[in-house]
Amino acid sequence: MKQTDIAVPDYFHKVVDCQWACPAHTPVPEYIRLIADKRFADAYMINWKSNVFPGVLGRTCDRPCEPACRRVRVEEQPVAICRLKRVAADYKGDVTGRMPAAVPVRNGKRVAVIGAGPASLTVARDLLAEGYHVTIYEQDPFAGGMIRTQIPKFRLPETVIDEEVGYILALEPELRLGKRVDSLKAVLDEDYDAVFVGCGAPRGRDLEIPGRAEAAEHIHIGIDWLSSVSFGHTTSIGRRVIVLGGGNTAMDCCRSARRLGGEEVTVVVRSGFEEMKASPWEKEDAMHEGIPIHNFLVPKAALHDGGKLTGMVFEKVKPEFDEKGRRNLVPTGEPDVTIPCDDVLVAVGQENSFPWIERDIGVDFDRWGMPVVDTVTLRSTHPKVFFGGDAAFGPKNIIWAVAHGHDAAVSIDRVCNGLDPAIRPPPGTVLTSQKMGIHEWSYDNDIRLDQRYKVPQRPPEEALKDIKLEVELGFDDMLAYKEAERCLNCDVQTVFTTSLCIECDACVDICPMDCITFTDDAPEADLRQKLMAPAKNLTQDIYVAHGLKTGRIMAKDEDVCLHCGLCAERCPTGAWDMRKFFLEMTHAGAACRSV
Amino acid sequence: MTYLPKPRFRHPDLPTNALGFTRRDYEGAVSTLCAGCGHDSISAAIIQACFELDLPPHRIAKLSGIGCSSKTPTYFLGASHGFNSVHGRMPSVLTGANLANKDLIYLGVSGDGDSASIGLGQFAHSIRRGVNMLYIVENNGVYGLTKGQFSATSDRGSKSKKGVVNTDEPIDMVSMALQLGATFVGRSFSGDKTQLVPLIKAGLLHKGAAFIDCISPCVAFNNHEGSTRSFDYVRAHNEAVNRLDVILPRAEITTDYEPGETVDVKQHDGKIIRLRKVAKDYDASDRIGAMTHLQQKQAAGEIVTGLLYLDEEPVDLHEALKTVDRPLNMLEDDDLCPGAAEIAKINDSLR
Repeated sequence: MKQTDIAVPDYFHKVVDCQWACPAHTPVPEYIRLIADKRFADAYMINWKSNVFPGVLGRTCDRPCEPACRRVRVEEQPVAICRLKRVAADYKGDVTGRMPAAVPVRNGKRVAVIGAGPASLTVARDLLAEGYHVTIYEQDPFAGGMIRTQIPKFRLPETVIDEEVGYILALEPELRLGKRVDSLKAVLDEDYDAVFVGCGAPRGRDLEIPGRAEAAEHIHIGIDWLSSVSFGHTTSIGRRVIVLGGGNTAMDCCRSARRLGGEEVTVVVRSGFEEMKASPWEKEDAMHEGIPIHNFLVPKAALHDGGKLTGMVFEKVKPEFDEKGRRNLVPTGEPDVTIPCDDVLVAVGQENSFPWIERDIGVDFDRWGMPVVDTVTLRSTHPKVFFGGDAAFGPKNIIWAVAHGHDAAVSIDRVCNGLDPAIRPPPGTVLTSQKMGIHEWSYDNDIRLDQRYKVPQRPPEEALKDIKLEVELGFDDMLAYKEAERCLNCDVQTVFTTSLCIECDACVDICPMDCITFTDDAPEADLRQKLMAPAKNLTQDIYVAHGLKTGRIMAKDEDVCLHCGLCAERCPTGAWDMRKFFLEMTHAGAACRSV
Repeated sequence: MTYLPKPRFRHPDLPTNALGFTRRDYEGAVSTLCAGCGHDSISAAIIQACFELDLPPHRIAKLSGIGCSSKTPTYFLGASHGFNSVHGRMPSVLTGANLANKDLIYLGVSGDGDSASIGLGQFAHSIRRGVNMLYIVENNGVYGLTKGQFSATSDRGSKSKKGVVNTDEPIDMVSMALQLGATFVGRSFSGDKTQLVPLIKAGLLHKGAAFIDCISPCVAFNNHEGSTRSFDYVRAHNEAVNRLDVILPRAEITTDYEPGETVDVKQHDGKIIRLRKVAKDYDASDRIGAMTHLQQKQAAGEIVTGLLYLDEEPVDLHEALKTVDRPLNMLEDDDLCPGAAEIAKINDSLR
């Protein structure tokens, strides 16, 4: 098998599974160590640089990092990465002095961003700091987008949004709030150097069943209803509420309904409970508030009496798999189920909608009505128009929107400087030894089995009284320390120097996970079988070093290495060293233009 | 060394043996020896051997004397019986324990100082009595705990770390063991577990005095140029006579060897020791031949390793003494005291 080239940034980046899984590639272990060290402001700034909205994401992120966490390979629960991020935001104190200030002399380039959600605001932040003149267009009177309109306040207090949106507005973009953009052509006519479309996926999917029109007054589209609740236009709902749909929006709807007078709130999903799109923790939170979730029920009709909704009829279905393994929901033949209700919230998906983009200005759309967008540069077929967030590839989440924002800002920065946006800047990496003494490391390598700590919550009876009262109280600093100590420091890499190795086997003997093997060279597939423990996880690399005196190779399975550093502590010659790999994505700016 | 205990985390796919134990269950406390010590590799080999043989840890007794090597029983088989004796006196304590309870598996761990200097007489007599045990000498050719003086097994002409040349003739414990009638004699190297682990397994199964001289480089004081116990020197001069496998009755034999190259030696309990010849014409059942081969190779500056001698019909101390089947420590007063009438009869016969 070929010798591993550890100089390639992706090699060690992949070992930091959380950072690799994060769309914005936030240096997770680095900020978790800072939290354990009570350096909350430093932890916050690392986050802020990478993901722009640490306080928001620390409460609402979809957490792609957590399933990737190495701890799930040896224990059941990952490190509570998301909630630790919130700790950094909660305890950071005043960081305004560390934030960039508005650039007094602009660079003369003008960029428009459409929509003031997470993707657009990220583009704005990255470019404003580089001296661009950025104009933000937003239909609502406030900046924030779906963060502000669709996420209920009991999950994300308004103060957090104001603060983090505020850091961007302090960079002095030009704001055009409260007015909907009706024509992209009109925007382009203002002669911007680039236009970024980050308008989200603003249309909630509707339901077409008998009775829908007659009972329209009591059947609401989920995201519109949430937005109306958020702005205070809607303050009550019927006693009995059915929420249709199994995504996170459905969870927000049912929990909001529970706070606005809904006493019997029920969630009904077509699919099985397990396949629901909502994050497991959001389902848990809903059920914790006394909301039952019924599955395998397909809405059939809305029952009404003189314009008043009285109930919903559902057909019972079961999953059946065809020969290609595709799942179909087929009726079970059992009698229909009728659930009486006063209001229905429809949260069965969101759609993109671009009626305001003229089809003859060079922005091509595919047959599903989505813009044709390059996945790397985020540029559309129009050289000046870029897309990001839900507007680019359909509904995803905030952290993806932020990642798109950074990428689009890099593209715009390069295009505005006459460079090819397809050439992407490599990330910045630093590899530093953590050795402090014979067996002292600058990180805490005394790892142990420890279950995930629960985030304290307000009791439901109290939480349900006020829709603006945040349910989660967040970790206090002691709980945060304990949870932070569960992090395995996957960014502290095991680096092997072949010329120093005397093949004494000390590392092989001490490794608690049987990761290290000295053996004869073989093709990768064979090698994976003949290691101390078979390396079955093909998504994880084998670190191979050639050139040992006996002619054997060193092969280390990165899969379950816990970065405890015992190999390096036991190594008599320092052939193993623990080196911290710090990777930061290159954002818009001089560095992104250097390639 | 490390201050940290080895974490209890383990590989999710770690295999279990017939008793349901993983290899980790045969570990002991974390080693406090120097980082890279050859002794730690021997401990790991013992752990691996006991795991592979499905030995119940509580049926093993590990005994040692004084020295770096004699510290190691703390670092393996944490659930076994252990006795850390006076310097050089492990063989007597082991002999006594073996006489009292012959049902345990006895593992004596010693070093070149403990066995070739202060305990040389003890070593010799335990071997010639044929105590049923595996006696491992972790031989680094240096007094590591007292910072690097030559030991009794250091080769003449080898250089200490400070540059002093050894002028004394070394004691070759393998030759001694052969002469003293050990029925299983092997030599191996801590840096070659593929050879060492099966050798330890075979030694543990042997019903008689089994002796393994295991060369174990001292990374702190005897791993330099001019040393004859360094990793580099041993690797360059290692002359294996054979390779062996221990085949358990339940295990499927999957490895193919070329015919004519292997010798199977069946043990009393059905386990098979399979010897693969490396040196042509080397016959591990020929004691005199083994001694000659050893002397010749030694004169040529080579280190002979492998299973050097195996007596297929060993006689152990209990057999020689014709002790009862039941372990002596299980005998009750009724078994031991024949009664007044019987004693009177014996007394009468002596009058």
